[in-house]
Amino acid sequence: MATAYDTAIEQEETQQGDSALAVAVESVHKTFGRHTVLNGISLSVKRGETLAVLGRSGTGKSVLLRLIVGLETPDSGSVRISGQDIAGLSLDQLGVVRKRMGFLFQHAALYDSLTVGENVAFPLVHHRGDLSRAERSDRVNQLLAEVGLERALDKMPSDISGGMQKRVGLARALALEPEILLLDEPTAGLDPISSGEIDDLILKLQREHQMASIVVTHDMHSAKTIANRLALLDKGNVVIEGTFEDLQQSKIEFAQEFLKLS
Amino acid sequence: MPLHPGISSSTGLISGFFEWFGNLGIFSWQVIKAAVTPPFEGRELIRQLDDVGSKSLPLVALAGAAVGVVLSMEVRSSMSRFGATSLLPSAIVYSVVQEMGPTITGLVVSGRVGAGIGAELASMKVTEQIDAMEASAVSPFRLLAATRIVACILMLPLLTLAADTCGIFMGWLAQTLVSPISLHQFIQAGFSGATLSDFLPPTFKTAFFGLIIGLIACYQGMRTRGGAEGVGRAATNSVVLASLFVILADVVLVKLILVIFH
Repeated sequence: MATAYDTAIEQEETQQGDSALAVAVESVHKTFGRHTVLNGISLSVKRGETLAVLGRSGTGKSVLLRLIVGLETPDSGSVRISGQDIAGLSLDQLGVVRKRMGFLFQHAALYDSLTVGENVAFPLVHHRGDLSRAERSDRVNQLLAEVGLERALDKMPSDISGGMQKRVGLARALALEPEILLLDEPTAGLDPISSGEIDDLILKLQREHQMASIVVTHDMHSAKTIANRLALLDKGNVVIEGTFEDLQQSKIEFAQEFLKLS
Repeated sequence: MPLHPGISSSTGLISGFFEWFGNLGIFSWQVIKAAVTPPFEGRELIRQLDDVGSKSLPLVALAGAAVGVVLSMEVRSSMSRFGATSLLPSAIVYSVVQEMGPTITGLVVSGRVGAGIGAELASMKVTEQIDAMEASAVSPFRLLAATRIVACILMLPLLTLAADTCGIFMGWLAQTLVSPISLHQFIQAGFSGATLSDFLPPTFKTAFFGLIIGLIACYQGMRTRGGAEGVGRAATNSVVLASLFVILADVVLVKLILVIFH
């Protein structure tokens, strides 16, 4: 019979295990009206690891990212960021957690009244009051250089292409040097060359910054290039999770069909 | 037993009505909490003061001037029937300052600023810019809503003074073209026997109009769903509801002013 001491040790080990995980989603359910989007989904990502989340449209991939960043709340289950359950956190506490995450939205979601430079500077202006104007400007230039857009500093988002907007969104997501990077369809709607450039950029950034990343995508080629692990979603649940090879060897009909058609 | 369609649609309307007010209450509480806790968004507030104030000034001044001219013509026609044309300056000044100036300012600002805020925030909502702000740990209630609402509250009384001034001046001009009178005499006759309590409460009641306009426009904008159609709906609803609530609030405020100050 387990003693109280054993139970305490076990709890401590569980907590240590949890905190080693950058993101842990456990048995999360999410329903909008009568439509169940996530049906008890569980996923986790370690530091330095990239997980690609694949699946048909409307299977809750983007909702999963929104749950992780706290833009939606789960009906049940938990979302832990570095071991901390974000349910029930106050807005200020959630803000502290959010500062450790970078989020690239599907359509970049750049502030259309601000220039490219001001977009990238936005998180710095609001959270890095310790930086002087010159230091902030240097950091913005450095981030734009990282995504190959140093010349777009003074352009408006409407004056640059979709691929460039995604790069600016990526630079903005990286501004606070996040531990966790969430990418929602980073290559959707882009031509193959721009998609390849974005993939290369993500790989380069992962090598340099060693973040935990979750990439939601339909693009199997992109997922294979940038992710260590893949998770295939169907009807609000994970059908299979593993490496690309695991997916290839899977006997699950949906996985085979998905691979064949992508 | 299924409800009669008429009853069920009425029930839906009633529950929608209470839901709207309930959500407005929650939204107001979130804005108040964000507005009174640091960091304060001083730079954005100044930008909004300029947007609400100086950019509405020409329109408000023109509307005030038009009201002054119309009042002068209408009141002259009525008063000359009773041989009371000597009371014309007082009638114009009191009508402009106590009711027409504040109401016209409220309605003009509802149209210009209400539609502007509603459409701008709705556009930001549907393009995920507000979500991007939240994901960056920046409160949209503080940065977007509180600054706009405070700007409306502060600028409405000042715009009302401008409308009053233009209305009185143009009332005098219309009057002096028919029956010459100096501006000095007109003002003296218009304000004879008046006390501050005749003029200050009607001017400052417009701060409440500002609260209504800012709150409703921000609420309608930030709860928008559904693309371009949603943006259009938010702009229209902002104007219609803000104008309606300004008029309804005027009824209550006029009664309150009469009870408290007279």
